[in-house]
Amino acid sequence: MITVEHITKCYGDFVAVDDLSFTIPEGHVYGFLGPNGAGKSTTMNIITGCLSATEGTVNIDGYDILEQPNQAKRLIGYLPEQPPLYLNETPLEYLHFVGRAKGLRGEELKQQIWEVLEQTGLEHRKHCRIGALSKGYKQRVGIAQALLGNPRVIILDEPTVGLDPLQIIEIRDLIRELGQKHTVIFSSHILSEVQAICDRVLIISKGKLIAFDEPSKLEQQLLSPNEIQLVCEAEQETVSQILSGVANVTRVQFSQGEHNRTIVQLQSDATDIYTVSKEIFLSFAKAQLPLLELSVRKANLEDIFLELTEEKETQTVEEREEENHDRSAGA
Amino acid sequence: MIAVLEHELKSYFHTLTAYVFGAFLLCFIGIGAMIYNLQAAVSNFEFVLSFASLIFVVIVPILTMRVIAEERKQKTDQLLYSLPISTTHVILGKYLALLVVYLVPLLIISLYPLVFSRYGEVYLPTSYGSIFAFFLLGAALIAVGIFLSSLTDNQGFAAGLGIAVILLNYYSVTLSEHISATAFGTVVALMVVIVVIGVLVQYMTKNENLAYGVAAVLLVLLLAVNWIDSSLLEGLLPKIMTKLSLFERLNVFVNGMFDWTGVVYYLSVAVLFLFLSVQSLEKRRYN
Repeated sequence: MITVEHITKCYGDFVAVDDLSFTIPEGHVYGFLGPNGAGKSTTMNIITGCLSATEGTVNIDGYDILEQPNQAKRLIGYLPEQPPLYLNETPLEYLHFVGRAKGLRGEELKQQIWEVLEQTGLEHRKHCRIGALSKGYKQRVGIAQALLGNPRVIILDEPTVGLDPLQIIEIRDLIRELGQKHTVIFSSHILSEVQAICDRVLIISKGKLIAFDEPSKLEQQLLSPNEIQLVCEAEQETVSQILSGVANVTRVQFSQGEHNRTIVQLQSDATDIYTVSKEIFLSFAKAQLPLLELSVRKANLEDIFLELTEEKETQTVEEREEENHDRSAGA
Repeated sequence: MIAVLEHELKSYFHTLTAYVFGAFLLCFIGIGAMIYNLQAAVSNFEFVLSFASLIFVVIVPILTMRVIAEERKQKTDQLLYSLPISTTHVILGKYLALLVVYLVPLLIISLYPLVFSRYGEVYLPTSYGSIFAFFLLGAALIAVGIFLSSLTDNQGFAAGLGIAVILLNYYSVTLSEHISATAFGTVVALMVVIVVIGVLVQYMTKNENLAYGVAAVLLVLLLAVNWIDSSLLEGLLPKIMTKLSLFERLNVFVNGMFDWTGVVYYLSVAVLFLFLSVQSLEKRRYN
């Protein structure tokens, strides 16, 4: 559906997108994840033809975005980072213009405007001035605009930024709903959001694609062995003796808890972490040692994200420390 | 293109822009008609147009300042880029909408000679020929205004620039009489012009080498002409300034001659600046 080949975008000496290539098949919701300034918006602008790449090509269902822009753009609905709204108009007037520009007319136009208003929950605000609407509603008008013309791909650039929690939930539900009929690509720097909505995740950092897979597979593949935490009342030596009989345990760490309890953290390289936890349970039971706690900590997307974009993250941590330092010095 | 045209027209007539523009134009023409046709009892309506053309200095920038600058400021230009319409159609749609806004008061004005002719002898061909030229003059200036608006995202700056450029053009004939006509004077003045062109190229393309290249080639050409036959350059600058004046062409029509070169000149200025506006919008895609 969308083929991006070797796109590079330079602003002077600064390379915003660096030799990026990927293919997005039809269907599903795709999440574009990356820290701020990773090149998400730039990539989206290039895919939608709002920006031209320094090098490389973008192909939408066989149409090159620069060679056959009109055919290619008809297949895409795009909501940029800042919704491009004419604040003096009402949603109805605005959608009428966008619909006309997308080549709709007459009954079809009316029908589609009515449909997208309903889909985005704007029916009751259709006669308000857009400038007077709340941020959440403005965002909806922007999404409604992208939906007009029934495009096969919908691209949303950070659609939930700056909204309150309730609005965020509504927009997420809307995206999920859209994913049933369209291919949806949306960008975000919020992990939980991507994890919650997306079928596939593209992680991008410093203009490079560093991962592209299903969230669950990313979790399986990319993170170091999964961890299990135990709490028991036995001595360290006894515990290590029991654990030595359990297969697939790679590393064990002890620490002292309250009331002489021992906290054990162990890592495993087993493909299914629950076989290990089962075995541990049985071994402790056999030794008649009660387990007070047995918890499996699975890797989540956040860990992967941090791991993959680590360099970037350490930078921000340093910055944060610096800030704190400055603040305390100031105080 | 039609979608953009409709949309722009709607916004002009929903806001005050179209009405302010029309009111200014009608008011100024009205004052002119009162002075020339009523008080002085001259039957030539074309003199009014020649007098009233000064109002373009103010009303064209008012009309055109927001055309593209505002889209940029509100980031709605992103929408235009992502819609399946070409930049050329966007500019043409906007231009046609402005022409419609301009034509409405002009249609009212074109009734004046008919009204006057009921009370005396009016030579209608010259009147309507001049109104036609007046329309073309406005159309060319509006194209210039669109281009200036496409250079910035600040409406005020676009308007200021527009007033300066149109005023300079209005007085260029008067100014040319006070300018050195010697070959040396022309060389110096053209050098300044070349530097300005270089700066403009640099601003538009953000390409230093190209800017230096263009300026260098022009400079070499200028110096070569000066060296081969400096008499060619004598009186050239005043001549160029007179030729470039859009307002001067109107006076040919006012004097009773239907000047086809004038028509072609106005049309080419309009096309050139619309083309430049398209390039200016396209350029944003590359930066």
